[in-house]
Amino acid sequence: MSDATFRIDDGRAPRISIAAPSDYFALLKPRVMSLVVFTALTGVVMAPTPPNPIIAFASLLAIAVGAGASGALNMWFESDIDALMTRTRNRPIPSGRLAREEALAFGLVLAVMSVFTLGLAANWLAAALLAFTIFFYVVIYTMWLKRATPLNIVIGGAAGALPPMVGFAAASGELGLSSLVLFTIIFVWTPPHFWALALLKSDDYARAGVPMLPNVAGPDRTRLEILIYSALLAPIGVLPYLLGYAAPAYGVISTLCGAAFLLCALATYRNREGEAAKTAARRLFIFSIAYLFALFLTLVVERILHLTAVTG
Amino acid sequence: MEAHWNGGLKMVDEQPNAPRDEGGVVLTKEEARSRRARNIAIGLAVALFAALFYAVTIAKLGGAVAQLPPS
Repeated sequence: MSDATFRIDDGRAPRISIAAPSDYFALLKPRVMSLVVFTALTGVVMAPTPPNPIIAFASLLAIAVGAGASGALNMWFESDIDALMTRTRNRPIPSGRLAREEALAFGLVLAVMSVFTLGLAANWLAAALLAFTIFFYVVIYTMWLKRATPLNIVIGGAAGALPPMVGFAAASGELGLSSLVLFTIIFVWTPPHFWALALLKSDDYARAGVPMLPNVAGPDRTRLEILIYSALLAPIGVLPYLLGYAAPAYGVISTLCGAAFLLCALATYRNREGEAAKTAARRLFIFSIAYLFALFLTLVVERILHLTAVTG
Repeated sequence: MEAHWNGGLKMVDEQPNAPRDEGGVVLTKEEARSRRARNIAIGLAVALFAALFYAVTIAKLGGAVAQLPPS
């Protein structure tokens, strides 16, 4: 087919894609991907023996691409509701820059490639776990839970909590207790983080028909749930220190950050009307990101300093 | 040879010296530019992929990379 000509036999113009590489990159949800890479890196460095840096880099790249594939498949399935929400209506599919089929093909190809790359570069336990993570996020969370139950975030949070376990498995070939602790921290962190966002964007979710907790049980019940989960998260965040996986610096930082998280949750619980309520929810949402970043960064720095001291 | 595309669009092979169909699709500048950008991105991704597997192979072989198998 060296010289092919396109003809239209029913008067419709063919759809020639004008998608730029940046549109495909946007399908990967780069901000989510960066958080996944960071938490997976924490899992890698928590492994008992440090992996070869090239294998570690290849593993993290595969995990990043796997996370991106999940994002692309999520945008493929959710393009209908993405078009209804202010937060998502400029995404490549609802804005018309990409066709749904293009996103589906892109996501599937990246998912398969990422799993096989991780299997070949690291090991097949990590690859199987990555495949399960993609399946859980796309099928269990996106296709089923998200539109079916207000507990979507609670159960679906497992998908976002798995990357440290994938990283740990890629580095060590097993599933250690320390990676399970990292999983638990992210799993318990997810509901208050997303419910704080849902409090701010409840109109969006209502328009799209997504049964987030504020729309189903009401904002007050959501604030109570946020407070309960934050009270659980504060001690769970200190577990890596209590179980001996982290140094005292982590113990201090995680305790202080846990207390600050709880204070933000308490402010969200108390301020229920007007601008004060929005400000409190926004502060909690922003601080929740800083909280997770601070804890995992401390773990990474501590571990790197430890490895440098041992090998140096 | 003839292939159908999306129900309404036909793609037809022509002989090398056959006259070009006047009704064929001509890409606009924007379409041509975006296609070129996508092709470059795919090329870079494939190159990165090949380099990654080369590096992983060397890393996995480690010090044994220069050793010949026992005869």
